[in-house]
Amino acid sequence: MDEMKDVVLKYVINEYLEDEDEVLTYETPLISGGIVDSFSMVSLKRFLENKYKISIPDDKATPEAFDSVTKIVKLVNEFLK
Amino acid sequence: MAFDREMKKFYTDQLEQIREGNLYKQERKILSAQYADIDVEHPKGVRSEGIINICSNNYLGMSNHPEVIIAARDILTTRGYGMSSVRFICGTQDIHVELENKMSLYLGMDDTILYSSAFDANLGVFEALLDEDCAIFTDALNHASIIDGTRLCKAKKIRYANNDMDDLQLKLEEERDYRIKLIVTDGVFSMDGTVAKVDKICELAKMYKALVMVDDSHATGFMGKTGRGTHELMNVMGEVDIISTTFGKALGGASGGCISGRQEIIDILRQRSRPYLFSNSISPVVVGGVLKVMEMIMHSSERKEKLDRNTQFWKNGLQEAGFILTSTQSPIVPVMLFNAKLSQDFSKTLYEEGVYAIGFFYPVVPKGKARIRTQISAAHEKHHLEKALDAFIKTGKKYGILGKSREEIIEMYPISDKL
Amino acid sequence: MAYSDKIRNIYTSTIDEIREKGIFKQERYIHSSQAADIEVEFPTGSALKKVINMCANNYLGLSSHPDVIKAAHEGLDTRGYGMSSVRFICGTQDIHKELERKVTEFLGTEDTILFPSCMDANAGVFEAILTKDDVMISDRLVHASIIDGIRLAPAMHDTFKHSDMAHLEEKLQLHADKRLKVVITDGVFSMDGDTAKLDEMVALCEKYDAMLFVDESHSSGFIGKTGRGTHEKYGVMGKIDIITTTFGKALGGASGGCVSGRKELVEMCRQKARPYLFSNTIAPVVVSGVNTVLDILSKSTERRDKLEKNTEFWRKGLTEAGFVLKDGDTPIVPVMLFNAKLSQDFSKALYEEGIYAIGFFFPVVPQGQARIRTQISAGHEIHHLEKALEAFIKVGKKFDILGKTKQEIIAKYGQ
Repeated sequence: MDEMKDVVLKYVINEYLEDEDEVLTYETPLISGGIVDSFSMVSLKRFLENKYKISIPDDKATPEAFDSVTKIVKLVNEFLK
Repeated sequence: MAFDREMKKFYTDQLEQIREGNLYKQERKILSAQYADIDVEHPKGVRSEGIINICSNNYLGMSNHPEVIIAARDILTTRGYGMSSVRFICGTQDIHVELENKMSLYLGMDDTILYSSAFDANLGVFEALLDEDCAIFTDALNHASIIDGTRLCKAKKIRYANNDMDDLQLKLEEERDYRIKLIVTDGVFSMDGTVAKVDKICELAKMYKALVMVDDSHATGFMGKTGRGTHELMNVMGEVDIISTTFGKALGGASGGCISGRQEIIDILRQRSRPYLFSNSISPVVVGGVLKVMEMIMHSSERKEKLDRNTQFWKNGLQEAGFILTSTQSPIVPVMLFNAKLSQDFSKTLYEEGVYAIGFFYPVVPKGKARIRTQISAAHEKHHLEKALDAFIKTGKKYGILGKSREEIIEMYPISDKL
Repeated sequence: MAYSDKIRNIYTSTIDEIREKGIFKQERYIHSSQAADIEVEFPTGSALKKVINMCANNYLGLSSHPDVIKAAHEGLDTRGYGMSSVRFICGTQDIHKELERKVTEFLGTEDTILFPSCMDANAGVFEAILTKDDVMISDRLVHASIIDGIRLAPAMHDTFKHSDMAHLEEKLQLHADKRLKVVITDGVFSMDGDTAKLDEMVALCEKYDAMLFVDESHSSGFIGKTGRGTHEKYGVMGKIDIITTTFGKALGGASGGCVSGRKELVEMCRQKARPYLFSNTIAPVVVSGVNTVLDILSKSTERRDKLEKNTEFWRKGLTEAGFVLKDGDTPIVPVMLFNAKLSQDFSKALYEEGIYAIGFFFPVVPQGQARIRTQISAGHEIHHLEKALEAFIKVGKKFDILGKTKQEIIAKYGQ
């Protein structure tokens, strides 16, 4: 679980942060905070699906469900069974 | 790059499907300037001279009017050919501002902003003005560029049936809670030649507190008593909030378009509208031509009146000959043939008779409503129209459809979209 | 209509916000043709001022070149001013086909289709050739018109970090299962003046079975040994699947653009691209001009060679004077100032010295990267550049930034 948190956090930092000094935590609002736009969400979703061999239906992939690393991990776990 | 055999096949197959669906578009090469009669290469390698063009948007015959050519020549000398810049960097000349002012004056609006085309104007207007808390009520037959503009905008899109005011009212009634509501319609619907009920739309807009936008691309310059557009025709000048229109049809036919409207709206577009910020300024030589066109039509409605007379002559002639027309109120005069193949054959025969007019069928028009769309111009002289009428009658006789009712034509040529 | 006070207020306050943020765009009115020397009315209502233009996309100085003007005059006489039609109804002249053929030859592609503008070309191309089973992978700094085209297309969209080939490769792996993949980049990036690594991108596309799309608006006519574009510079001519470019910059600067590339892709655009099907054909008078521009460029590399020399002179002069520039060798030469207000003040002081150059700042460029973007032209003579250089040095001294590093300038003016 913690491992997944770090994988997602690392991906988000590497993928979306332009400024290396910016600090990102598990709880930082990603979409409402303007770090990930709704366009980029698509690739984030795809990354998770590939990495964890799951399929997240579009109606579950809401901006709210993707709004922080913690929330994303929760979502992924729903589909991991 | 990896445009391998597989990818090539993928696209070749799609093109084949387009051909099989009778949707493949073929272009005819014109070897002269745009006029009432033109020289055409069609089919490839065969040159025909003096073909009467009855399908251009050259409504006022300005595309190559000698005075417009002279004005373009003069501007080439004094203001050059291209600007190589967007407007706000170094692409604004005095003549661009002059044209904006002229358009505002002509259309009776606060201010005007130019775009590379009316397509771009429509592409950029909605997103700049409306967000996800807003709603757009859009006529089902609106032009493709309006559809694309609304696709780029986050506002909710609500379609209403073509020119159906009851349906529009129903939708306005149902969808009330938006920060800004905008009703958008074409002024003249280009496939039917019918005019939007802009007066009724303005009334509903008042009732439901919505903005009104009209695309007058097929109206500016010739609809209404002095040609200002559908808002003049419907007596609602000053009540339409946003007008988009083109210089690519009646107003010289070169290129460019604009949005005319409330001051604050135009101010916002200048700051935020993406096609305005990220695409070239209209070239000086084109602006020079449009300025002359505007000067001419603001000075006299002679050409618009000639267009009206021509249109009346043409409609009467076709009707008396026994053709079925749509209930058009404009110089767009569709001759109904219903059957897709008939519309293509008819166009081909007309061409053999020296008349250039295109047949339209599904999906450009609804199923079973195939037609030849004719468009009248002030460039047409009586003799052009007489000759074209003769050709239509001869061709109509050939296919045995003169004086026939819709049902009779369909009986002879059953409704089919196959060619 | 219901242009109520409520609605008016919504828009008025939006405009006020834009003003307060200091990003309100003001236009300067030019009373002459586009050239190295122009006459400008600024602020509105003031007397005309003769200034040197350092910010046009008039790279080859052809916007009001006598040969181009002459061709446009002749074109007006023989093929007219406007066509009042889309291409496939009655808007295709022989000169339109001639231009498509000439562009194809010049760029070394298979076929070309004209659009009213390159904005329209970019807006229409992706939707015409891709479906929801496909993916578009674009550089994060591509032009706004490409973004709009991507937004209109049904395919999935992903990005890679600017010019980061390792990141691009990751993305190609991530989307390996997609039916068609298109990698999308500008040839020359207009804000920084850097070029895309097209040789590496071609290799990656070959490895991962992807198509490559390059917008050459800021390169066609002058990048590469004979000016064909970025693909010539990187030795990958014939290997780019889709090129879009404009006639609105180096190639005469009037208007119009095109998609050039694989025959099948161009044909798909002719059948399906909405701005092609639903917007006017390019005006004959414009086409006549561009045809002559391509003749001039195919005959001689004199103008792009002059541009290259001018660019070297300009970059060298600014560097020696102690300005911080963005690295590169294109005629887009950004002078870095970092602070937004400084970029505006600098531009104003330049204008007082008779030099027209615009300051760019967030959101047009990233935060803290404000700059004056200069663009060199073959229309500039050495005396123009010398005068402009003197003005830059004078203004640089005034704001005391000459010889200062990025850190020193930021320490002085903040970000």
